[in-house]
Amino acid sequence: MELSLSPDQKLLQESARGLLEQEYSLDRIRGMEGNEPRWSRDWWRKGAELGWAAAIVPEKLGGGSVSGEGVRDLAVLAEELGAGVAPGPLLPVNVVLAGLVAAHGHGPGHAAEIEALVAGESIATWAVYEPGREWTPSDPGLTAAPADGGYVLDGVKDRVEDARQADLLLVTARTPDGVAQFLVPASASGVTISEQWTVDLSRSFGEVRFDGARVDAGALVGEPGADGIVERQLQIAVVVQCAEVCAVLDRAFAMTTQWAFDRYSFGRPLASYQALKHRFADMRTWLEACHATTQAAAAAVQADSPDAAELISVAKSFVGERSLTILQDCVQLHGGIGVTWEHDLHLFLRRAILDQALYGTPADHRLRLADLAAL
Amino acid sequence: MTDSTMESVESFRLRARAWLAEHMPPRDEAPPPLVEDDAHEWERARELQQKLYAGGFAGICFPREYGGLGLTFAHQQAFTEESDPYEMPLMLNVPTFAICAATLLDMGDEEQKRDRIGAAVRGDEILCQFLSEPSGGSDLAGLITRADRDGDGWVLNGAKTWSTSAYAADWGLCLARTDWDVSKHRGLTMFLVPTKAPGVTMNRIRMINGNREFCEEFFDDVVLPASAVVGEVGGGWTVASRQLFHERNALGGGSPFVSGRGEPRTMPRVTPPNAVRASGRADDPRVREMLGEHLTLTKVAEQTADRVSRAIESGGLPPAAASIPRLLHAEAVQRGEDLALRITGSNAATGTGAGEGMGGRTAIGYLMRQSASLGGGSTEMSRNVISERMLGMPREPAPDRDVPFKQVKRGR
Repeated sequence: MELSLSPDQKLLQESARGLLEQEYSLDRIRGMEGNEPRWSRDWWRKGAELGWAAAIVPEKLGGGSVSGEGVRDLAVLAEELGAGVAPGPLLPVNVVLAGLVAAHGHGPGHAAEIEALVAGESIATWAVYEPGREWTPSDPGLTAAPADGGYVLDGVKDRVEDARQADLLLVTARTPDGVAQFLVPASASGVTISEQWTVDLSRSFGEVRFDGARVDAGALVGEPGADGIVERQLQIAVVVQCAEVCAVLDRAFAMTTQWAFDRYSFGRPLASYQALKHRFADMRTWLEACHATTQAAAAAVQADSPDAAELISVAKSFVGERSLTILQDCVQLHGGIGVTWEHDLHLFLRRAILDQALYGTPADHRLRLADLAAL
Repeated sequence: MTDSTMESVESFRLRARAWLAEHMPPRDEAPPPLVEDDAHEWERARELQQKLYAGGFAGICFPREYGGLGLTFAHQQAFTEESDPYEMPLMLNVPTFAICAATLLDMGDEEQKRDRIGAAVRGDEILCQFLSEPSGGSDLAGLITRADRDGDGWVLNGAKTWSTSAYAADWGLCLARTDWDVSKHRGLTMFLVPTKAPGVTMNRIRMINGNREFCEEFFDDVVLPASAVVGEVGGGWTVASRQLFHERNALGGGSPFVSGRGEPRTMPRVTPPNAVRASGRADDPRVREMLGEHLTLTKVAEQTADRVSRAIESGGLPPAAASIPRLLHAEAVQRGEDLALRITGSNAATGTGAGEGMGGRTAIGYLMRQSASLGGGSTEMSRNVISERMLGMPREPAPDRDVPFKQVKRGR
């Protein structure tokens, strides 16, 4: 994604690649069965030791980035894990950390939770979607009613990544003072979690029901009515999604280009047909554009610049849609084998479908861009 | 001049600021609409250039011996920033300075550089390009305009087309075939041709949006002296390649010979945001999504141009990668036209009263939708460049490769 990486970023990249190849080959992912856990906590802890949950957490809260630009480091990691359609809670843990760090200094501190997450000892995930609803984080149906100095949560969340493996749920809720977020232990009484089918073989999602679940005031993250924290979480989520999809596309495109050189029809390689060469040229162009817009979004989020909201929506709108176009072209150029279970392409397509769907579809982000343009 | 004696950029900037305030007219906020008879605009551009020359601010990056100031791109950029509030002879930037004079500077002989660059810098002459031909399309090197030796000189016969603002020019850089016994790229020679020479006939081409900026020319026994040859006889493709480089550089905003900012004249274009404002449909989510798509594509095209130019500079991507922003730009412009038309809806069918109005202007803009993927080389050629030179895919078969041009089939 970045045009050039610092030596420290290269090390981060190589160590991630090593750990991934060792444990989660594409064949292993292809063989994953319905109920099998997608990743082990031991494996995630090893990743955390390499900095996978530390990049966007300031040093004073126990984190640290190798380059001093944590969002960009996180994007480098996301690319690495994306290239292998890796399992693991990189996105949910970092999104929750983004919220906790942004809220730090406003309301309860959550320093111990941050520390445990950075160390990989604890897992957290964002419970923001609700059944039957599209991306509307500022309008939750789940309620948090003040009671006895704490709150009582009632409602249902779904599309919660790694819900069954998470220790902590960061839950968006409606309070009398506006939208608020709560850090709720998954083991709290009144919380029930059930598995949801998902298209991506290396990911898992769950539905979480809150039936009179009680939390104390210390569970609050930030202050009710503050929407800057949710925005920051969204920005981190989109940077991770777009970076990993860029890497997915790099791999699928390289695989398809190689195929075009190797596969002969009518006595010459597919790569010699102009009709196909032009499709490859378009794909190569869109691929560069995906990297360009993702890099620009990551830089803006890193700098917390005023156009960060706009640039993440540009990136999601473009990468989310174009990734599917590129991957379907890869399938087409492979012919029938492109739609077989044994071929790797569907593993990439599954990840791209999932990433375009969550945290705002490309259409949602286009509408957001129109709003941001004040037209 | 050595660096130690060169005026600093800051000092140049301050001197320019003071001079501009005293001598140059302030800029009109709205550029004049494009009209068919624009002779007075060209006259005005020459006057403004003469003013700049008299004040010592013309040809900033051209060498002193050819009438320029011999300063750096940084000086030029400072002057461009300072000149923003003033009227500038923008019509002379492209193709006169950024393409033609720049090419002569690289490839011309001393006399050509002194005379032609000097006259352009003084505001006395305007230059244009005679490259494309009616039967050529993307096959520029396959041209058939011929120059035949006649004693020491040459006789030019043939036809050219798509020459931007040639009707206003004094000289044209004309690529012609001088040897039919060698392969197509090797038999070409570049000539400097006076546009008013006997035997030159010029027509302005009317485009579907009413624009008449392009010209076509016919050459009937135009007599040229030996001194008209630019570069080597038979080395015309080298000169043309340099010319195409300067053209890309000018369009990409990287030319040191462009003075002043902005487009000289613009056709009224309806962008999707303007269409949203004019349509009164700003609350329709379908319209808002289309607007969001337009904002996405234009921003991504910018971001990619930036990334690719940095990558080419650092060697991360080959120069052929310049075709990537070219394709994205074409896509963004075309999709912009599509979206503007859809946002305008049924209002694109008729004008406002007897005038075209916003709806009519959207429709007229749409008529020219393909121009972004045709001008400056077709997108098909860009796709060949990306697939062949970046991805290393086999080249298209070319029956004219390494064949004497006279044996190459031209038509059925």
